[in-house]
Amino acid sequence: MEPDRRINIKGLVCPYTFVKAKLAIEEMEVGQVLEILLDYEEASRSIPKSMEDHGHKVLKVEKINDTDWIIQVRKERD
Amino acid sequence: MEFTEDQLQRYSRHIILPEVGGKGQKKLLNAKVFIVGAGGLGCPVGYYLTAAGVGTIGIIDNDDVELSNLQRQIAHSVHTLGMPKVESAKRTFEALNPDVKIIAIKDRITKDNIMDLIKDYDVIVDGSDNFPTRYLVNDACVMLGKPLVSGAILRFEGQVTTIIPKDGHCYRCLFEEPPPPGLVPSCQEAGVLGILPGVIGALQATEVIKLILGKGEVLKNELLIYNALNTTFRKVKVKRNPECPVCSDTPRIKELVDYSEGYCALR
Repeated sequence: MEPDRRINIKGLVCPYTFVKAKLAIEEMEVGQVLEILLDYEEASRSIPKSMEDHGHKVLKVEKINDTDWIIQVRKERD
Repeated sequence: MEFTEDQLQRYSRHIILPEVGGKGQKKLLNAKVFIVGAGGLGCPVGYYLTAAGVGTIGIIDNDDVELSNLQRQIAHSVHTLGMPKVESAKRTFEALNPDVKIIAIKDRITKDNIMDLIKDYDVIVDGSDNFPTRYLVNDACVMLGKPLVSGAILRFEGQVTTIIPKDGHCYRCLFEEPPPPGLVPSCQEAGVLGILPGVIGALQATEVIKLILGKGEVLKNELLIYNALNTTFRKVKVKRNPECPVCSDTPRIKELVDYSEGYCALR
């Protein structure tokens, strides 16, 4: 799925991974999709969980190479 | 407004809360809070609001820092003895968070200056130590429609209540008139456990933050009483008095009243 917005948070660790992802999705419209590129393994698990806790829909979590993950999240509420 | 990298780090534990987020943190950074008193209550209230990133904090007090204050007034120190309390508090708060603009006013709050002082602020906090000021601040907030978070402490017991004028109760709905000066404990009789204003001030600061964020429930139509000796919290329901002399639809008090005659302020 083609995302509405992409952010690259490679190099960041928790909690700033989620801080950046959350601020990005806050600025988007309900129904839009955010794609997050990251390289911190723990965040590949914690971001999807936190996004669901905040009421958003995780569409995809994918390891794309040895170091990086891509997460796609659809904003479900303001 | 975009957050700086420093702000992202400083406020990260707020931003990741669903009830705060970046939007809530921006509300805090844009908020203006006025604190009456830089003593036992004003110190922790100002300290935590500064840490939270409340953008503008006005604080008024006419006293200088004394050694006997340091048992509970945590913004002051041996390095600021003799300095105006508001100046001492300003230094402490600015050292904690340079994002916050501290407006220090060394003066007494009176019926002649209060309206001008508080009119541009979003929330008012009463951390004063005497009944004349408590009634003055209540009446001014009712007249201007400003939310007021009121706190009081004595010995081992403290109270907190949040006044949303015309929506909930006001201080005069609870106690119509101040007690006569003779009934109030004199300075010599009135001790206070040093930690007590820390607890009550932290509760007041929490009320302020919720008012700014528009989240949760505040102590509207309620009085919270904390007893430090017994470790009990008690909530007492308070009804808005339809005959209240100041907040009813047909108020008897339409001008601010000066009750200061005969009272001895607790230091």
